Amino acid sequence: MAEEKKAPAFKKIMAADMMKKVMANHFYDLNNAAKTGSPKVAWCTSVGPAELLRAMGFLVYFPENHGAVLGATRTAMDYIPLANAVGYSPEICSYLTSDIGAFLKGETPLSKQYKEITSLPKPNVLVYNTNQCRDVKDWMQWYGRRLNVPCIGIETFRNIGDVNEDAVKAISAQIKALVPTLEKISGRKLDIDKLREVVGLSRRCTDLWKQVLETSSAIPSPFTFFDGTIHMGPAVVARGTQEAVDYYEHLLPELKKRIADKVAAVEGERHRIYWDGMPVWGKLRELSTLFLEQKTCVVASTYCNSWVFTALDAKDPFDSMARAYTELFIVRSDDAKEKYIERMRDLFKFDGILFHDSKTCPNNSNNRYGMPQRLAEKLGIPSVVIHGDLNDLRCYSEEQSVTQIEAFIEQLEGKK
Amino acid sequence: MASPLFAGIDVGAAATKVALVDASGALVGKAAIPSGMDFAEASETARALALEDAGASAGDLVRTVSTGYGRKNVAFADGTKTEIACHARGAHFYFPEAITIIDIGGQDNKIIKLDAAGNRLDFRMNRKCAAGTGAFLEEIARRIGVRIEEMEGLARLSTERVEIGSFCTVFSATEILALVRRGAKVPDIVKGAFRSVVKRVTEMDPFEGKVVATGGVVAYNSTVVELLSDAVGKPVRTPPAPQLSGAIGAALYARNEPASS
Ligand code: SF4
Repeated sequence: MAEEKKAPAFKKIMAADMMKKVMANHFYDLNNAAKTGSPKVAWCTSVGPAELLRAMGFLVYFPENHGAVLGATRTAMDYIPLANAVGYSPEICSYLTSDIGAFLKGETPLSKQYKEITSLPKPNVLVYNTNQCRDVKDWMQWYGRRLNVPCIGIETFRNIGDVNEDAVKAISAQIKALVPTLEKISGRKLDIDKLREVVGLSRRCTDLWKQVLETSSAIPSPFTFFDGTIHMGPAVVARGTQEAVDYYEHLLPELKKRIADKVAAVEGERHRIYWDGMPVWGKLRELSTLFLEQKTCVVASTYCNSWVFTALDAKDPFDSMARAYTELFIVRSDDAKEKYIERMRDLFKFDGILFHDSKTCPNNSNNRYGMPQRLAEKLGIPSVVIHGDLNDLRCYSEEQSVTQIEAFIEQLEGKK
Repeated sequence: MASPLFAGIDVGAAATKVALVDASGALVGKAAIPSGMDFAEASETARALALEDAGASAGDLVRTVSTGYGRKNVAFADGTKTEIACHARGAHFYFPEAITIIDIGGQDNKIIKLDAAGNRLDFRMNRKCAAGTGAFLEEIARRIGVRIEEMEGLARLSTERVEIGSFCTVFSATEILALVRRGAKVPDIVKGAFRSVVKRVTEMDPFEGKVVATGGVVAYNSTVVELLSDAVGKPVRTPPAPQLSGAIGAALYARNEPASS
């Protein structure tokens, strides 16, 4: 029987060793800063104004990244109930509930990975951007009250079509309005040239990360969505730094070489799929193995593309940050999202779409308003919806999802 | 040796079903037993019973394909197929035209759309919840103190319409307590439970075109088929052995294809 055959092997990406160092440095630097009080530490939501914070001398820590670590280490389920017990519902963002729960318990999985780290780096300021959801603001505000730390942020538009100048100006003004508070906390004036430099580095990181993702347009693809969820680390935690740029300059040639040598990430690639929605962090290994066995490459995703900020422009730092944060998929209307997925289909040539309906993240579950049906009609490609969650595995039925994915691939096979 | 036989084995969460077909695809033997806790053992037992039913022996079996949640636990299978594929194949064998299949199983529901040639166009499974499945009916039967086999006969005695509206099985059970307090009669509650299953299922698709229903729930409860027909506004048909549809599909795969992976 097929199941008794040896599972096909994952192909290791050599750059991963360097990535581990970048990630370790990030966490150790934060740990040291929190202990010594210098430099100051800012907590920032994933699409908060990280460039501004760095330019003002803060080290930046991203709670959502910690949320993903809680998911990937499958510790989230231990912590979610603790947040539920203090009034944060199991129906809301499970990054938030697992992260707050872990804090209440005084634990972090980082301490297993990194010696000497026993707790999260205490913040001097908490900064949010509601472009993705309200949950991030609620989350930062909880810490603000708990730790008695100022919590400031940007309230932006949601579900928008084109990003027009009015929106950009309004958001840009809000970013600028953060400066006086940040200057007070950091004890230094904003140096606009420094901001230009950081925005430039962030843009460089984006361009490289985008090129990394686009290597998957090759047939066979040298890189999968699952690789992306790991290798996005530096783009997530270190955008705006030289280290992140260096990392992708190191990774990109390796993938280009794979293309030249026709090395497939999924041996014998037969089908190509787009993953929409959040990853199921606690099941990445199982899912990537399943796709590997099914000779199906998940070539692109909404999720990994969320750290592509092509509008960033060192010449116009504030407006370009505002535009870059607002252009993101998650901020846009279904019309704009569908056009985006159509462009992705043209680029990555996928033959099916998997929608992950993530129980606790309606903001990034795009199947709920008829999009799969509309895309099937428009693009003529089938889709499958799996029900799960980013972190809360109690919302995920592995049996049912595996059957659905296998059945979906059978269906694609039938069309070949 | 008797004529060559092909076996399909559907190891579901609730029941393990075996279908044996001959070279023409005709069903010549069958068995259905509870899956229990040991899928491997259940599949062995069910196969033996089906062979006995067909008056055949294991030596007559050319190929076996397994399907269902326990498909990977069937040591003697030559290949596996998902239950989506097998249900599609099984239903299309009896209704070789463009159809939408509703399969109401013990633990989940499936909607599968096929074109006239039997190619799958789309499929959907219910969310991981008992609502609208056989498990919901089992729970309701337990609550009102009747056996699952009695439900169809009771539903036939219903004279008044009662509604069970909740999505959630536990909430439905509470609703039933309220109905009992208000003096609702058991046959009406049973039919209300059937209607609830039908509502959950018909929420999954607009059901354009011809509709075929399969699965244990429709095999044993023809009232459900009638309610389904009312709900979709056209006659819903069932194959000769609706509870074996997946197993028959697997047997047909075994007949037509070399062992698949
Ligand atoms: S977008 Fe979703 S996963 Fe991300 S923080 Fe908001 S609710 Fe949580």
